[in-house]
Amino acid sequence: MATPHPESWVEVRPHGLYVVPGGFYVDPLRGVDRAVITHGHSDHARPGHQAVLATAETLAIMAHRLGDQAGRSTQALAYGEVVRVGDVEVSLHPAGHVLGSAQVCVEYRGSRIVVSGDYKRRPDPTCAAFVPVPCDVFVTEATFGLPVFRHPDDGGEIARLLDSVRLFPDRCHVVGVYALGKAQRLIGLLRRAGWDRPIYAHGALLPMCALYEAHGVALGDLRPATAGAKGLPKDEFCGGIVLAPPSAIIDRWARRLPDPVVCMASGWMRVRQRARQGGVELPLIISDHADWDELLQTVDDVAAPEIWITHGREEALMHAASARGYRARALSLVGYEDEGGA
Amino acid sequence: MTPFSQLLDRLIYTPARNTKLALIVDYFRHAPDPDRGWALAALTGGLTFPGVKAGAIRELAMRRVDPVLFGWSYDYVGDLAETTALIWPERRTNRAWPTLGEVVERLRATARADAADVIEEWLDPLDATGRWALLKLITGGLRVGVSARLAKVALAEYGRVDAAEIEEVWHGLEPPYGELFAWLDGKAPRPDPKDKPVFRSPMLAHPLEDSEVATLDFGAFLAEWKWDGIRVQIASRGGQARLYSRTGDDIGGAFPDVLDHVNFEAVLDGELLVVLDGEVRPFNDLQQRLNRKTVTAATLRKHPAFVRLYDILFDRGEDLRALPLTERRARLEALMAREAPRRMDLSELVEFSDRGELERLRADARSSATEGLMLKRRDAPYVAGRPKGLWYKWKRGPLTVDAVLMYAQRGHGKRSSFYSDYTFGAWREHPQTGAPELVPVGKAYFGFTDDELKLIDKWVRDHTVNRFGPVREVEHALVFEVAFDSVHRSPRHKSGVAMRFPRIARIRWDKPAADADRLETLEGLIA
Repeated sequence: MATPHPESWVEVRPHGLYVVPGGFYVDPLRGVDRAVITHGHSDHARPGHQAVLATAETLAIMAHRLGDQAGRSTQALAYGEVVRVGDVEVSLHPAGHVLGSAQVCVEYRGSRIVVSGDYKRRPDPTCAAFVPVPCDVFVTEATFGLPVFRHPDDGGEIARLLDSVRLFPDRCHVVGVYALGKAQRLIGLLRRAGWDRPIYAHGALLPMCALYEAHGVALGDLRPATAGAKGLPKDEFCGGIVLAPPSAIIDRWARRLPDPVVCMASGWMRVRQRARQGGVELPLIISDHADWDELLQTVDDVAAPEIWITHGREEALMHAASARGYRARALSLVGYEDEGGA
Repeated sequence: MTPFSQLLDRLIYTPARNTKLALIVDYFRHAPDPDRGWALAALTGGLTFPGVKAGAIRELAMRRVDPVLFGWSYDYVGDLAETTALIWPERRTNRAWPTLGEVVERLRATARADAADVIEEWLDPLDATGRWALLKLITGGLRVGVSARLAKVALAEYGRVDAAEIEEVWHGLEPPYGELFAWLDGKAPRPDPKDKPVFRSPMLAHPLEDSEVATLDFGAFLAEWKWDGIRVQIASRGGQARLYSRTGDDIGGAFPDVLDHVNFEAVLDGELLVVLDGEVRPFNDLQQRLNRKTVTAATLRKHPAFVRLYDILFDRGEDLRALPLTERRARLEALMAREAPRRMDLSELVEFSDRGELERLRADARSSATEGLMLKRRDAPYVAGRPKGLWYKWKRGPLTVDAVLMYAQRGHGKRSSFYSDYTFGAWREHPQTGAPELVPVGKAYFGFTDDELKLIDKWVRDHTVNRFGPVREVEHALVFEVAFDSVHRSPRHKSGVAMRFPRIARIRWDKPAADADRLETLEGLIA
């Protein structure tokens, strides 16, 4: 019997990508009976599923964020371990995006599809590195699916931040970061660059940092950024680095800080207009997503004859993949955010 | 290119003046010669490459990039140089990053037809920020929010000299300014401008506060009208004439109608105005002539420029600045009688017997061309900067209206967490329905204290009805007393009027919005 093309057993349904012979969705947009979750970001890990399969780290992140909505029954799967679900075999492989992030590999009668979730190819001190898995269909994201998005070396970006800290010793640098992934990676990069002073963090970031530390990711001396009447004297932050969610860096919360230099760590910072609109003074191009070159490199690495694109700027990636001889198709899944913090 | 591109990259995101200064000074400290001199030329607008056009950049991109992908990318980024810098697919190369000096010198020596090849060689070793800076530099569109004046202030801070000293030598120097940096580094004497028509820092006036009026010895002062134009300096020396703005920008290119009539060798201080058929026109007319590099024949006819002179700094080579005002005035009158230059005249003295008479004159004068009076001590020398007690501007009292807050916008830098820029409106009847409506009449972002700003910010957040990015539309319920110097007709604004120097005089927490002023009230104040 011929191997069935994934087109015949994987469907795009209103709730998301559905594996028919396994009876489950991957990263569904609504509560469903059975879900396989790639990683803990809220647009991929939604509340209200009955059964959830994911890495132990992702399950821990979901439990922290969603409480009793994190799935009625859960099953942890280690990277590389294979489990049978219905008529298919499922395995998870590192995606390099955030702690616990995984690509979902599904095999059915000798035909194999890999759903990447969000991924990046750069080394990240806070999570396992992406592993290319050969397959028949590779389902990729395309958040940065335009050739202008080519992330510079993250070490250089950290050097720019530290150079600015040197130049403005009486000010504090407040960096906008997403709570899951970017915050911890930035801390990890700063530590690697030799910044051993305390790093201050907005209260919304601390629980996730604690969760990372509990999973063996050391972040060093991390302190709550509570200045002003109730907390530390303002001077404590002079020459310091403070991390906060993007929504807080230019709003009332930041007024407690001494003359902050507003920084933002995101792949979107590559485009000047976008950084300026956000009132950012020092954009740091540090992303947890693959850039354009890495999207194309990954397509080559997994050697799948066919590429499906879940979300992002799919038209340019389709165009480029087709030019390289791959069949490319846009799934146009809505509901995955054009993450501001990417 | 590395330090220079990093500098531009920081400057473009930096709203605060002091931060910009710190960045530029840091650059001057670390960048080598002649790079920092060329960078200074670029920041002060003195570096152009007429051989390279924006079209060449696009052609260059097309040598390496799929046109479809380039089109989508350009749509997204919205800037040709930036798109090309980001998308450029580097080829491996053994070339080092070009220095700024190399770029300038090589490009100046390159024929137009070969420019694209030369640039292409540089794009490979550079990173995206370096490419962006290079392309911005050579297409002449830095737009990093640094004025020539700010660059010179940074230079003064770097060399620990007075900014006026920089101005005095500036226009005698050429990029890459080796002499200048050698002086600032203490390795050479101050450059001597010799007989070049350089800019001399002007003498500025303090506002005369109400509390000072009673005690001022009016008898020691000469009075003149305060003309509502822009302060200029005509410098003529060694057969060359220049027209400088108050901040030392050479604006002569846009004012041939004044410079062509300079028939003397002197440095004169005066007010640039538009004078048509012997009558001084409102500031709005002069505005049509400002911030342009050149001028069309039609504009020259419609808004002819004129300089009303009030002081003399040099007569030929003779420095008159140490003389008392009365003697300088006599020298200026003599020069005007001798040379009688066209499109210039003397600012007349306002005769008065005592303070009471002068106060009456000031209050009565509501001409659109004057803003009040100038008082200058008869025995004062001409001192650069803003010395105390010598010159006063005595503006007539501001006009005020009560207007209703309509929109609030986030500020920049220190104020980025505050809604600090306010658009306010006056009432009128809707042209069709006759229902009362507010129409925006102006925008102001100062005049209030920091504590008041906090209160308004909170009010804005609590009364928002709509959001447009950084702008919030608010309930029509807060009244500002807005002070302004004058109001003019303006077809560009929906209300048909534009205020000059609007600022928030008071916040009228007590006043119902319906009792705010009507548009007709403003129209009645048009001078």
